Amino acid sequence: MIKVINLAIFLVAIISLVFGCRQKSVAAKSGIVVYTALENEQVDKYLKPFKKEYPKIDVKIVRDSTGVITARLVAEGTSTPADLIWGTAASSLLILKQKEMLEPYSPVGVEEVLPHLKDSATSPHWVGIAAWESAIVVNTEEAKKKNLPQIRSFQDLLQPEFRGQIIMSNPSSSNAGFLTVSGLIQLLGEERAFEYLDKLHENVAMYLHSGSAPAKKVGAGEFAIGISYGYAAVSQKKKGYPIEVIFPAEGSGWDVEANALIKKEAIKDEARQFLDWAISKRAMDDLKEDYAVTSIKTGSLVPLGYAQDPFSQLIPNNDLRWAAENRDRILQKWIGKYDGKSEAKQ
Amino acid sequence: MTLVVLPLIILFVKAFEGSDGSFIGLANFIQYFTTPNLTNSLFNTIFVSITTAIISVSLAFLYAYAITRTGVKCKKLFKFTSMLPLFAPTMMLGIGLIYLFGNQGIFTHLGLRLPLYGPLGIIISEVIYTFPQVFLVLLVSFSFADNRLYEVAEVIGTSPIKTFFTITLPSVKYGLISSIFIAFSLSFTDFGAPKVVGGNYNVLATDIYKRVVGQQDFIMGAVVGMILMLPAILSFTVDRFTQSKNQSTISSKSEDYKIKPNKCRDLVFTAYCAVINLLILMLLGTVVYASFIKLWPYDKSLTLAHYFMDSPATGGISSFFNSLLIASLTATIGTAFVFINAYLIEKTRKATLLKQTAYFLSIIPLALPGLAIGISFIFFFNADSNPLKFIYGSMWILLIANIVHFYSVPFVTATSSLKKLDKEFEIVSEAMKVPFYKTFYKVTIPMCLPAILEIAVYLFVNAMVTISAVIFLYPAQFKLAAIAIVNMEDAGDIAPAAAISVLIILTNVIVRVLYELINKKIMNKNLRSHV
Repeated sequence: MIKVINLAIFLVAIISLVFGCRQKSVAAKSGIVVYTALENEQVDKYLKPFKKEYPKIDVKIVRDSTGVITARLVAEGTSTPADLIWGTAASSLLILKQKEMLEPYSPVGVEEVLPHLKDSATSPHWVGIAAWESAIVVNTEEAKKKNLPQIRSFQDLLQPEFRGQIIMSNPSSSNAGFLTVSGLIQLLGEERAFEYLDKLHENVAMYLHSGSAPAKKVGAGEFAIGISYGYAAVSQKKKGYPIEVIFPAEGSGWDVEANALIKKEAIKDEARQFLDWAISKRAMDDLKEDYAVTSIKTGSLVPLGYAQDPFSQLIPNNDLRWAAENRDRILQKWIGKYDGKSEAKQ
Repeated sequence: MTLVVLPLIILFVKAFEGSDGSFIGLANFIQYFTTPNLTNSLFNTIFVSITTAIISVSLAFLYAYAITRTGVKCKKLFKFTSMLPLFAPTMMLGIGLIYLFGNQGIFTHLGLRLPLYGPLGIIISEVIYTFPQVFLVLLVSFSFADNRLYEVAEVIGTSPIKTFFTITLPSVKYGLISSIFIAFSLSFTDFGAPKVVGGNYNVLATDIYKRVVGQQDFIMGAVVGMILMLPAILSFTVDRFTQSKNQSTISSKSEDYKIKPNKCRDLVFTAYCAVINLLILMLLGTVVYASFIKLWPYDKSLTLAHYFMDSPATGGISSFFNSLLIASLTATIGTAFVFINAYLIEKTRKATLLKQTAYFLSIIPLALPGLAIGISFIFFFNADSNPLKFIYGSMWILLIANIVHFYSVPFVTATSSLKKLDKEFEIVSEAMKVPFYKTFYKVTIPMCLPAILEIAVYLFVNAMVTISAVIFLYPAQFKLAAIAIVNMEDAGDIAPAAAISVLIILTNVIVRVLYELINKKIMNKNLRSHV
């Protein structure tokens, strides 16, 4: 019996070691490491044509939420395995730019990218692929059951009927949440924006950690109304959940899904090739199915579920650099006013 | 041991540094305590932990009493079911509660509306989570009893109530104190349940996560990490203290407690145990059921799809295999490491000071919350000057974190089983010039096999369910199942999260049952060889 157990333990150890080493060798294989915060199904879809075009480049994707990807890059600093960042919020890339982790690079075709959707320098630190915007999600079944009034704007959310029905992403952990807050500030001015948020807070049931969670929880009927972002809301609707996506009449705060090159001693050519490809026409063809605003105009129709005039939906004068520089201050203020305070009030 | 101490020192240093790395003394702590909503979470955490400790210990006290001091039926089954929450990640308990009491929950639709999201949800989950651990401690306390005392009490006509307060309660006093502290510090540092059902109710463990992941503020993370350690260190000190006092109560003349028949009492306690069992099974059963539902609550047709959701984003089924791998590695390498360490410390006959220090260091991890270990590992392994830097970002850091995190309990198990071995073995083999490694292999290991297996199972089960230590450390290409649950829940994909939880608990139950079977065989064999 003891021998059998010894043998078993020995075998498990050997198998584990073999597996462990295999894992390691995969990571060490040549190719490029891409960090991205795009949704998973997007990564699969967009990457297919790249693999066809460049079969020799081994792309290792590291996918996580915007906050985690940024925290990871900040923690890893100069020794990050990442070669480039793909489809991650520009406001996060600005943090990395401040930490001097990005290498300026002008990908082929960058001159066609809309000026708001790329770094203003001649050799840009980041180049956008698409814009994403905050959106309101309503579960139609729950709204009918609870007899809730119609919603068209942010202002509508303040009605007393919505008390305890609204969920929103927490700006201190989710970029989509921050986008909504910074959008409101740029739209209304800081003072009036916080007046609005004070009133909204009365109706909010809870602030969730991630940007897509409000859309999904509203989809599942756990709550009736959520403040989330366009893609998350629209993709829930496509999955068959009874929801309606509303782009608020005041306009939406927005951010850019952007790419950037990581500063390194030896920057790989493949990384530059990937960045060139990421704003090519082929890539834009896939992007336009999911985003109403792509960084290079494709001239195609607005995808299903999105605002009819996507450009006018985005608030004008959205200053991403201002948002990045004031992020800490705004968050401290927001946290001080709303985060975890709801309990103290009761 | 350096692996424990060095990262901790760095965590300590970081908590006193400004963002530019200069020493700023207590400023970070002052900033922490002057931010009202942060201190608010501290009070929330204390409130939740105290309530949890009171409820959990009361429930487990009755339960342990029922199992040890009354004649309830199906004791084995009751024991096993009450252990089930140990095998599940705490997120699973929260997910179960959402399906039962959430706004679309089964009971909610039946008209029972509970304000689940907030302290209530956290407390219910923490009570279930801490219940088995508290129960185990009390079970041990209750099983040491001197029947002679009870006989005397009966002879001199003491009422049962007085007997309870003068004999029973004092005899389990220390177990009771340490179980209160265990429940308190477990719920003080738990991350999984508040993450799922906490709503806007902030606690320290979710704060630290938001600080690090949402705001990339590692320094404040270190500050919260230090605060998280306080109750565990306190309870650890109390525990050491009570344990040293605990030894004298039972002597070799003591007699085992004899349960007197009492039908009415047995019926009441059986009902009580059955209710507790039912609650646990209902909660876990709901998660199992929900993991097969297509679109809760709109399309309740059955599907297996959630089990096959494999995405590099959240890490579906592949993360489960990663977890199996890490858990097996932790169980094998960890057991060897722990056992050899315990052996070396125990069998060293000289240098008592060194021995004492080594022993003390081995117990420290017990007081370390996983989140603090995680943060300190980032600081330690990610420093440019560290030659071990390559470990950061590989799966090995998970292995090391797990072994450090779960080191203490197996160490105590190994030490106590080694203590039972007669010192004569070594002396005889030394006299016969048998090399020590031969004695170790031929005598020590086979004799301690039950303990070794127990350690391996403990490490395996914990490595499967743990979130806290590894959440900041996992390599992006190598997600673990428990982390996949966090990510899925974060993204609102609650059904696949339920499916992964089911896989984890199933694996752990299978491993546990296998262990019981093997253990039984060994016991039988040992019995036969003694005859």
